[in-house]
Amino acid sequence: MGLTGLLLIYATDDFPRWGDPASPASTYLSTRYIEKTMEDTSVPNIVTAVLADYRGFDTMFETTVIFSAGVVCFFLLRIFKNKSDEEGLFRHRTTGITLRIRGVEKISYSMGEFDRIDKHWTPQDLIITTACRLLIPFIQLFALYVIAHGHHSPGGGFQGGVILGSSIILLAISHDLRTVLMRISEKEAGLLCAIGVFLYAGTGALCLLLGGNFLDYSVLSKILPLDPVSARSFGILIVEVGVGIAVMGSMVWIYGNVSSAGNYREGL
Amino acid sequence: MIWELDMIILALVVIAALGAISIKDLLGAAILFGAYSFMMCLLWAIMGAVDVAFTEASVGAGVSTVFFVAAVFRTTRRSKD
Repeated sequence: MGLTGLLLIYATDDFPRWGDPASPASTYLSTRYIEKTMEDTSVPNIVTAVLADYRGFDTMFETTVIFSAGVVCFFLLRIFKNKSDEEGLFRHRTTGITLRIRGVEKISYSMGEFDRIDKHWTPQDLIITTACRLLIPFIQLFALYVIAHGHHSPGGGFQGGVILGSSIILLAISHDLRTVLMRISEKEAGLLCAIGVFLYAGTGALCLLLGGNFLDYSVLSKILPLDPVSARSFGILIVEVGVGIAVMGSMVWIYGNVSSAGNYREGL
Repeated sequence: MIWELDMIILALVVIAALGAISIKDLLGAAILFGAYSFMMCLLWAIMGAVDVAFTEASVGAGVSTVFFVAAVFRTTRRSKD
């Protein structure tokens, strides 16, 4: 193994120098992208244009990979058990009366004035809870900015979706998994995942229906009040939103399955 | 691009990578892998690939570390081999 590594390091000597304008990689296709991107798609960030427009197929199947990662985690880890005979303790917040109820799996998580205090219940640290509550809206706002501003600055659907998903994971870590499940249930996370991929592939299919090639967004100008160049820019935005939704959903889905070992009762 | 800074980060990448594969403690390996990802992110940023650096920071150093820690919490902490 060491020998292979040494051979690989030796072979890097033959690489073109970093930033060399005469290297094969930067003479073949890069010049076309650099010259044409602005007039083709009116997107200043060439990386975004290449990812979502010129190489749209790649990104679509990357999104599908993320989706399948979520699905695989679900199928491998999720455990469905009938726990209807299990007991749960519920404490009324104002009076302090504790109730013991059987069949707690059927009771929804939003319990109003009752706190659930079974063996999975852990008290939350006030400082962490408050700090995360303050932090999470700003993280989510930043994530939306990253998705929407991918045309002009680094970022895009993948990064924004991951940040959005990790803000929800932060909520799950600082509070508990139930707090997240109250807002995004397991089903909704999986559904979001599929909706994102559908949005991406659907945009491609819509272009096909309008008479263009698959993922050729310029034909969207037929149904939108835009010229073909702006339509390409707009198509990239739709696709980025799709990627963001898919990545966000699958991050939450994977986290829920991995952190609770598939039974969705207690996170980290 | 500052030459010395580049070398320091490159050395830290190698150290973090070797540490991540040789350490016995799985939680430590997860954290070292996060450190490795973050150093790679700095390297991408130095080389001007800002989009890749952004992805590496959010996916590699952020979410995948959380997933690793979550998975380690559901196993025994020490590796058997």
